[in-house]
This record gives sequence, C-alpha cells and structure tokens, in this order.
Amino acid sequence: MLYPDTVEAEVLVHKPWFVATMFAVILAVFLAFNLTGTTMGELMRPVIGDPLQSGLYGRFAVAFVVAVIFSLNVVLIGFAPLKVQIAIVWFELLMLFLAFFETFHLSRPFIWEKLPFLITQGAVTTLYVSAISIVIASVIAILGAVAKLSTNGFAYAIASFYTSFFRGLPLLMQVYLIYLGLPQLGFVIDAVPAGILALSLCYGAYMTEIFRSGIQSIDRGQWEASRAIGFGFGITIRRIILPQALPVIIPPTGNQFISMLKDSSLVSVIGVWELMFLARTLGQKTFQHMEMLISTALIYWIMSICLELIQSRIERHYARSKVR
Amino acid sequence: MSMDLIIEAKDVAKWYGAFQVLKDINLTVRKGERIVVCGPSGSGKSTLIRCFNRLEAHQKGEIIVNGITLHDKMRNVAGVRKNVGMVFQHFNLFPHMTVLMNCMVGPMWIKGVAATEAKKTALRFLERVRIPEQANKYPVQLSGGQQQRVAIARSLCMEPAVMLFDEPTSALDPEMVSEVLDTMTSLARDGMTMVCVTHEMGFARAVADRVIFMNSGQIVEDGNPEMFFTNPQHERTKLFLSQILKH
Repeated sequence: MLYPDTVEAEVLVHKPWFVATMFAVILAVFLAFNLTGTTMGELMRPVIGDPLQSGLYGRFAVAFVVAVIFSLNVVLIGFAPLKVQIAIVWFELLMLFLAFFETFHLSRPFIWEKLPFLITQGAVTTLYVSAISIVIASVIAILGAVAKLSTNGFAYAIASFYTSFFRGLPLLMQVYLIYLGLPQLGFVIDAVPAGILALSLCYGAYMTEIFRSGIQSIDRGQWEASRAIGFGFGITIRRIILPQALPVIIPPTGNQFISMLKDSSLVSVIGVWELMFLARTLGQKTFQHMEMLISTALIYWIMSICLELIQSRIERHYARSKVR
Repeated sequence: MSMDLIIEAKDVAKWYGAFQVLKDINLTVRKGERIVVCGPSGSGKSTLIRCFNRLEAHQKGEIIVNGITLHDKMRNVAGVRKNVGMVFQHFNLFPHMTVLMNCMVGPMWIKGVAATEAKKTALRFLERVRIPEQANKYPVQLSGGQQQRVAIARSLCMEPAVMLFDEPTSALDPEMVSEVLDTMTSLARDGMTMVCVTHEMGFARAVADRVIFMNSGQIVEDGNPEMFFTNPQHERTKLFLSQILKH
C-alpha cells in the first residue's frame, strides 16, 4: 500500500467539482453516441416514447439517465468501507464484461458441449506443461544465479551467455528451433517435451535474474555471520540466504508462473493439444470461433486468479518472521 | 612457543588496493586473556579481529589461531571458525529462525549434534545471557540489547576457544548497552578468552587484562588498563583519551 497520509479529509469522489466534472464528461460522451437504438433506449420507452422517433430529446434523456446512474453509483461507493468498495467495483466491472460478451449472441449449448473437453484436455495440458516447466526453470535459475554471482570465470561466462541468449530470442522462435532444430541433430523430440524444454530454458533465463537479485538483496552480514559460525558455502546458501531471499523472489516468480501459463499457448504452434490449440480448432468446423475463444479466455483468467491466490498465501507464509 | 597461545599474529600487514590498513601487527592472545582493542575510526581495529577468523585475508605475516595457520590455500577454515566465536556490531541474527533455532543450528549443522542435545545447550546458554523466555520468538521481536545477547549465546553454543567482539554495543541505545556489557563482564569472569573492539572505556578498565590502542593500522599502545588510562606513552593515545573522556 502507498504511504497513507493522515491529513486527507474528504474522499475524492465526494468533492463537488469531481462529481460535476464526471457527470459532464459522461453526459458529453453518451450524447456523442446515440444510444436510443440500444437496450437502454428500449428501457426508456415510457419516458421518450418510440426510441427511434425520439430525436435529440431522446438522445439527451438517455445520456442524462446514464450519467445520473453512473455518478450516483460512484458517489455511493465512496461511502463504503475499503473492502466493500473493492468488491463492488470488481463485481460491476465483471457484469459490464459479461454484458459485453452477451452482445455477441454466443451459442451456449455449443459452449456447454465443448467445455468438458476444453478443461480435461486443454486446461490440464496447459497446467502440467507450465508446472513442469516452472520447476525446471527454478532449478536452472538457482544454478544460474549462483554461477552469475560466483568469481569463477567459466561459471559466470556460461551463465551470462545463457541468460543473454535465451532472453534475447522470442519464445516462439525458441519453440520452433527446439522442435524443428533438434531432429536435425538426430534427436527426434515429441511436441510436449520440446515445448517444456523451450519454456524452461526461456523462463530459467528470466528467473536467473530474479534469483540473482534476490540473493544480492540479502545483507552481507548474514553471509559473514554464517561463515563465521563455520558453515560452508552450501549450508549458507541453502539454509541461510535462500530462505531469506524467498520473500523477495516469490512475488516476481509468481508473476513469471502466471506469465508462463499464458505463454505456454505458444507451444500450440507445434501441435500440443493445450488450451489455445483447442480454442482455435474446436470452433473451426462450425465457424463458432468466438464461443471457444471467449470460454478459453475465461479459463485462462480463472487459472491465473487461482495462481494469484496461491502466490499471496505463500507470501503471507514467508512474512511470518517480519511481523513484530 | 607455549601451548596456551590462542591467537598469535606476527608482522601482519594488509592492504585495500594501495591503502595499507594493517602495518606490521604483532599480537598474542593467551588462554583466558581479556583484550580490549580501541582506537579512532579507520584505525584498522575491526579489520584486525576479522583477520583472526579469516573473514578478511591478510597479505603479509602470519596468523596462527588455535595452532592452525591462516592462509589463502587453507582447506579447513571452518575448523578454525568453529573455535572462534564472533559477535557483530549489527548482531546478524538469522531473521528467518527463532531465537532458539539461531542457537541450535551451529552445533547441529557443523558438529552433527542431535536436535534434543542442541536444544539443551541452546537453552543453557540463553539462560546464561538471561533471556530463556524469548527462545521461541523471532529476532525482530526483540530489542537491540536482547538481540545482541542472543548473538552472544549463539556463539557460545559452539563452545569456542576465543570470542571476538566487533563493537558489540555501538548499534545499541544507551539503555541497552549495559545489559550487553554485563553479559560480557560475566563471561570474562568465567575465564572466557576475549578480544573485544569497543569504545566502552569503563568496560576496558574493569575487565581487560590488556588494552591495545591502534592508530592508522599500527598498534601504538599495548599495556594493562591501569597504565593505559593513567600513563599513556604515545601522544596519539593521550589525544584519543582526552577526546573520549571529556564528556
């Protein structure tokens, strides 16, 4: 949370100038777009008569009502406690989104028919490809971070070459290079292992930097205390430094995991039946692309939310030794 | 060479780049001796005692600790360090472990002592520094003075041959200084060999067998406290004493 100053007296959304400006802007915007032809116009029929005949008066009335509802909503939310505010705003934005999707007139039976397969095949593949990749990437990252911090020239050179190369190429390119390139060398590799390999190597490079900065963030005194007791390098890094670096490392790593979950969609190009692949192919036969794309988008989103929740739980766990 | 020498430094010199921090240091510490090292800041006192457990490397001369010579190629630096306790200015407790674990890990992970045994030892030494009731708290929940006493207990758990103190009270509130000094005094009474970098002149007068005064990398005064405080030999020592005893 930002530093909460104690002198702010009035909530922004209750200041007259703010409410007035907001009202004026919304009125102007909705006047510019003629809403009389929409559901909103239908709902206003008792006031403005036939929406299509209502002309400028109807247009103004609709915009006015929208602006009043919107401003009133914002002002009322301003009275609620912080947590309630957050919940209401989330809920309202979600409703707007759903209303937006509703205007696409999607075929619900088609979605319900394909959904189980999307989840059991697509989501499961996406999850396990990402999970295996993040584990391998973490191992690479620890090794890479230690190598990058070491005074051994070979270790540093290899690690920095690795991070430079794999951060420097597009992930899509790496997927192709590994899947199509390795067979040229005589290693025929399946699509799933090739995808996992590409994701691990790429994310390992990013996470090497995260782990390195995490390790560097630990006070020198911790190293000195540990070495002064007589602990060797292994115990010091494993049991003294890394456990303290984890609270620094976990938020960006969680970020990387969420990002990997979505970047795993790139392995669809080599024919892995994960979520993105199914989203593109299932709707193709009947040209119901939108149905599949939107359901898949929601599945990705839900999975990301779950990961965010897990991440915040782990962060709370590691905050233990920080509380007074 | 007698067997009861714990630390022996002969013609020790050290450079940071072109700057020489230690110049021809000769110093011996016998078993049971309490030595206070003082001097103006930047005089090399901390660097010197950090050389004794090889947190710093010296470039010239010889340092022998507990019969083991310290040098670049040594393989058993841990063998020296487990016998040399060190207390830091900023405590450097492990923040992710409870006070009890801080004291247990040394014996457990280095000497292979069983957890139950290590816990017994830890509690004994926490009792010794008079904070057994804080055993299950985390370091951040303790005051500075308490943290420093835990740090002392953590070192004692390794049952070292000598304790090095690197300005142990400099980071503490005035009120907390005395609780740490009391602990150190009682350690000294029990015959612990100590080398202590500090500006607490009262402690030096009461506890030290020898007071060493360093100036720009050299030992300029080395004698008993009585001599040191009443009849210092060197001009720089007189100036230093007049500065810090003024208030």
